[in-house]
Amino acid sequence: MDKILLAHGGGGSKSAELTRKVFQRFLRDPLLLEMEDAARLPGQVFTTDSFVVKPLFFPGGDIGRLAVCGTVNDLAVMGAEPLYLSIAFIIEEGFPVTALERILASIAAASRASGARIVCADTKVVEKGKADGLFINTAGIGRPVFRQPVRPSRVRPGDVVMVNGPLGLHGISVLTARGEFGLRASVRSDVAPLWGLIGKCRALDVPFMRDPTRGGLAQTLNELAHGRRFGVRIMENELPIPKKVAAVCDLLGFDPLHVANEGKVVMVVAGADAERALKILRRHPLGKGARRIGEITAAHPGRVVMATRSGSERIVMPPVGEILPRIC
Amino acid sequence: MAEKNRLAALADRLRHFPARPLTKVMEVCGTHTVAIRRAGIQHLLPETVKLVSGPGCPVCVTPDHFIDEAVSLARRGVIVTSFGDMLRVPGSRSSLEEERAAGSDIRAVYSPLDALEIAAASGRETVFLAVGFETTAPAIAAAGMMALERKIANFSLLTALRLVPPALQALMSEDARLSGFLLPGHVSAIIGRQAYGFLAARRLPGVISGFGAEDIITSLLHLLEMINKDIYKIVNTYPRGVRDRGNARSRAVLAQVFEPADAEWRGLGLIPSSGLRLRPAYAALDARRRFAIRVDGAPARKGCRCGDVLRGLIDPPACPAFNKACRPDRPLGPCMVSSEGSCSAWVTYG
Amino acid sequence: MCLAVPMKIIEIKGEMAVVESAGLRREVGITLLAKARINDWVLIHAGFAISKLTRKQARETLALFEEGRLFG
Repeated sequence: MDKILLAHGGGGSKSAELTRKVFQRFLRDPLLLEMEDAARLPGQVFTTDSFVVKPLFFPGGDIGRLAVCGTVNDLAVMGAEPLYLSIAFIIEEGFPVTALERILASIAAASRASGARIVCADTKVVEKGKADGLFINTAGIGRPVFRQPVRPSRVRPGDVVMVNGPLGLHGISVLTARGEFGLRASVRSDVAPLWGLIGKCRALDVPFMRDPTRGGLAQTLNELAHGRRFGVRIMENELPIPKKVAAVCDLLGFDPLHVANEGKVVMVVAGADAERALKILRRHPLGKGARRIGEITAAHPGRVVMATRSGSERIVMPPVGEILPRIC
Repeated sequence: MAEKNRLAALADRLRHFPARPLTKVMEVCGTHTVAIRRAGIQHLLPETVKLVSGPGCPVCVTPDHFIDEAVSLARRGVIVTSFGDMLRVPGSRSSLEEERAAGSDIRAVYSPLDALEIAAASGRETVFLAVGFETTAPAIAAAGMMALERKIANFSLLTALRLVPPALQALMSEDARLSGFLLPGHVSAIIGRQAYGFLAARRLPGVISGFGAEDIITSLLHLLEMINKDIYKIVNTYPRGVRDRGNARSRAVLAQVFEPADAEWRGLGLIPSSGLRLRPAYAALDARRRFAIRVDGAPARKGCRCGDVLRGLIDPPACPAFNKACRPDRPLGPCMVSSEGSCSAWVTYG
Repeated sequence: MCLAVPMKIIEIKGEMAVVESAGLRREVGITLLAKARINDWVLIHAGFAISKLTRKQARETLALFEEGRLFG
């Protein structure tokens, strides 16, 4: 490969290829190679993420809210309480101050809601045309508090796969907010800080959690299953896909399993704790739609399979390239 | 829950259907290929039934040459607009996705109307890659007419439109072992049940089907029953979208702008009168006339057997390159990269 | 490539109409239909209405939709 393609940023298998073939030739720290959502340091977890979403404002949120929640959630899914964030802005010359203020208000509110303190920051300004308005990077530190380690190596057949609510909202929200494909709709992004919800499960046995952002549920489940001795089996009938998401996906030919979420967590919970987990999740505003969507199985190791509505089966592959560019 | 039970009951009936030995059914719509594999319907077929995919993916049947023409335009600074899945199809040397990375202005659109708006807004030469079957050709014709009415002079079409019935006839002549066809729901919305009379004359039953799992299973059951009883009819199980006479207005719009032309189909070769070209009155819309595109002859791509897959001669896994040298993230041919390509469907859904 | 979905016409503006389904709206061309009226359910493909559902089919479509079963 000699040029970076938009597809390399899509979160699917092309992104994974870029990481493997280019980045990992130079950046080879063992902690980095674990490729989890955050790095496990002694007594803390540490992560970073950048946000280039277009448009900057969409129903349910904006780039500021996204920048806080994205990083906070990457810590939360490691079973870590988010403590501190850094934030860095790259602003395009000519960007309106009123828009910046709106975004900062959003950042402050999200930071308060998440419990993480923003303790260092930086700002750069670049010439007109070089930053599409605004780019934000955040990095975060969290403290692991889950009693049992959240490590995919602990996942076993019989564990239950669950999700806290409806899928596909963020990606479709941004797509329709852009007015792309001439579609007008008001679909609210689900962008939200998840520690308040996830933290409530800290006493349970939860071997795996991940937020299904770019690449959607399909990407996340495949990341879990890849190279492992277990397989993942989900039930099409159990997947919570809202009508609006299904309608847009049908119209444009997208697979809802490939669409990004920013307020969702996929949890693999030990069988014995599954019912309790669902009860705990459903008591929280961000978990009202929590449901079991499948299980870990000894069959088809390394693969994700879906039981279809027609009583048959099919495999679930991760998306290949960009489905929707710049959704987070 | 009645729907779940109905679907389960249909699936069960299909599983246990007493089909004749050596029953070979062909589906000819890329959207059906995907719908079938997404629902896992191929696993529900009785043992003696083989389901093959035909050349129903318009992107897949377009020869390399077309991509090369599009690439050539992109490199000349023309805005190239296209349906999304053309972008990753490899031409003989490059793909539109790669050209975009190299700086060309290439944009995915959902509708030719969106391409028209891009032309109107930018004022720059804008070409729309007009690819599709009878479902899409009238829409492209209508957009072309709007361009002329609105005097948007910087909009043109690079055409590679194809017609389904001539391809079916070519397939029928080639493969005497086909027992029947699952017919495309939305192509049929335009051409109507009336367009398939030639199948019955050749003792081949056909069922026009919608795209939900229930629709497809119901249609397959109808087809297998006709095959068992030697009934050669064309049945429409998708009256919601398809009428006997199709959509005459759409056909009229299509016929005003386009006329039949010989066309090359990947895998099937040249089929007379199987494509569409712009009528002389609409020559102003022809990108090939406007830009005098020159493209070198393309070397045949080694190892790509899309042609055989498109004819239903081999299943994707029988191609030596399948999922090895040819994968969705680095495809050799269009069957692997198009969202409706058979090879892509096999890899994606199993 | 033959994706078409049923949507309802809620506004007509000359050669174009606004169609709606599940809160989703798009402007589409209606020149491919002989007749198009407000409240007609039509199949939308590539930004155009290509086929019209009968009244009965429209009622069935709506029922499917309300039960959340229209799509997929």
